[in-house]
Amino acid sequence: MITGAEIREKSRRTLWLELGIVTGVILVLIWVAPLVLTGFRLNLLGRFLALAIAALAIDLIWGYTGLLSLGHGVFFALGGYAIAMHLQLAPLEAGRLPEFMGLYGVTELPFFWQPFYSFGFTVIAVIILPWLLGSILGYLVFRNRIRGVYFSILTQAATIVFFNFFNGQQKLFNGTNGLTNFKTLLGATVSQSSTQFIIYSLTIITLALTYGICRWLTKGQFGRLLVAIRDDESRVRFSGYNPTSFKVVVFGISAALAGISGALFTLQTGLISPRAMDIGFSIEMVIWVAVGGRATLVGAVLGTVVVNFAKSLLSEQFPDIWLFFQGALFLIVVTVLPDGAVGWVRSSGWPKLQRTILGVPKSNTYPSLETDPEINRERETLGK
Amino acid sequence: MTANLLEIQDLTVSFDGFKALNNLNFTMEVGELRVIIGPNGAGKTTFLDVITGKVKPTQGDVFFQGKNLRRYAEYQIARLGIGRKFQTPRVYLNLTTRENLEIAVNRNKNVWSTLINQVPAQEKQTIAGLLETIGLTSKIDMPANLLSHGEKQRLEIGMLVAQSPDLLLVDEPVAGLTDEETENVGNLLLALAASHSIIVIEHDMEFVRQIARKVTVLHEGSVLCEGSIAEVQNNPRVIEVYLGSEDQHS
Repeated sequence: MITGAEIREKSRRTLWLELGIVTGVILVLIWVAPLVLTGFRLNLLGRFLALAIAALAIDLIWGYTGLLSLGHGVFFALGGYAIAMHLQLAPLEAGRLPEFMGLYGVTELPFFWQPFYSFGFTVIAVIILPWLLGSILGYLVFRNRIRGVYFSILTQAATIVFFNFFNGQQKLFNGTNGLTNFKTLLGATVSQSSTQFIIYSLTIITLALTYGICRWLTKGQFGRLLVAIRDDESRVRFSGYNPTSFKVVVFGISAALAGISGALFTLQTGLISPRAMDIGFSIEMVIWVAVGGRATLVGAVLGTVVVNFAKSLLSEQFPDIWLFFQGALFLIVVTVLPDGAVGWVRSSGWPKLQRTILGVPKSNTYPSLETDPEINRERETLGK
Repeated sequence: MTANLLEIQDLTVSFDGFKALNNLNFTMEVGELRVIIGPNGAGKTTFLDVITGKVKPTQGDVFFQGKNLRRYAEYQIARLGIGRKFQTPRVYLNLTTRENLEIAVNRNKNVWSTLINQVPAQEKQTIAGLLETIGLTSKIDMPANLLSHGEKQRLEIGMLVAQSPDLLLVDEPVAGLTDEETENVGNLLLALAASHSIIVIEHDMEFVRQIARKVTVLHEGSVLCEGSIAEVQNNPRVIEVYLGSEDQHS
């Protein structure tokens, strides 16, 4: 039998290996990607990496905990609006209002805009606002044991409510047009390529940190409990755990991550509008995770980057075809690769590759049977 | 009242007017192994649902170690020391045998300590001992969905014991098992009965004869009679509602 010490030793080695790989990827993205890619593509990559943070957030609650949220666009948009509000206020002289407010005849800055003068407050708000909303919503929903499809429908309904609210508030949020035309952030010009490169690097580091947090959350006892809640919630309850509190915590974390994603995305696109709360966008997030592979984390990141690059390339060449392609992609994943690309590689692709390259024997049954001498003897003698 | 582990007074549960349990009275002492039998629809599973807090009583009260269970949620009742095994084996299929047991054995079940704490050495010891008892030592790192039906049943019983409850509720543990596995589970329950109080709900009369000391017969939501297996089998009313066909066979 394998002893505990061996297992610990092995898991420590894989941890270092993973840390090495993540660091390697960070270095490549920061130093090599700018040399290879044009400025336009690099900006796209930065945006997609920001979206990957939201995909990790989805993977955490859907892949591991089984909560299919079709409304993460709300949290994403909250983060985006928070940073955008600061960007509107930052370059203004004292007493002036953001441009759009003048158009709608607003004479005084609304009270809740005031604190967004402060960059520190904004950064906290980017995390705390979605977290707070996610936790409160989560508490109300999970306490009443709303699950499965009903939960998904509820998140969609929430998306519509928020969409309509932000869309309708011309005076507060510039309605349909959203907040755009960002000038300076902490004194630097936002649209300048050097500033954008800093934001790009910041996105990569944040993504790596998010990945680390998600790995930590899903690795130990807590992560197993999330899986347990996904697989059999009432069993968890009868084991003496309160699933509601676990779900609220993880949903809150997920919402906060989506908010961070939205803020970084907004900085790179220069625009946040109610379209981020479009139902389609929230569903797209789920598709990225499904394509990459649920409950794999890496799959969420890869899925986001690959699907989005496919989207931008295809829609450049054939603008009409993308939606069909996306639909087909989702159908293929659901029917042929239910575990997504990474899930497939782990369960069948990688072992197959190992067998062909290293010649490891194919195991017909459980590994424990393969090494059982009695069963091996039986196999040999039975054939004669 | 505190002398009894479990005391149920005048319990009625009705679903839209249908009384699944009807003025049921029941007491059980510490250390008992009690078997509950009864025809389909007698309210056996509802009986367990009420004790574990899944269903709240319409009338009457359930006292466990002198505490009225009405105001506790399921997970709180589980923490008070009542463990439940479901009819079909309910284990976490995507986790390994070890992980399944680790979840059950954990003492601090709030979010924060689950996040921070490692599995302590003492709990690992407990798990190793439990694996021995349920006979799954060799399958410790196998995902539970690869276990056979009988192994899952035993794993779930192991998870129950890992919670170290004062009262084990076991719902039809041998449904769908082979004769050999039935006997295994029977012996396992008898071994556990040495240190736990257990309520077993069962249909299989052979199995009941193997393990039963005291039997309670439920019929239409109330207790029909109580006594040793011989007494119960000879009770004319029981024969009428339940054992009649069974007796003709033997």
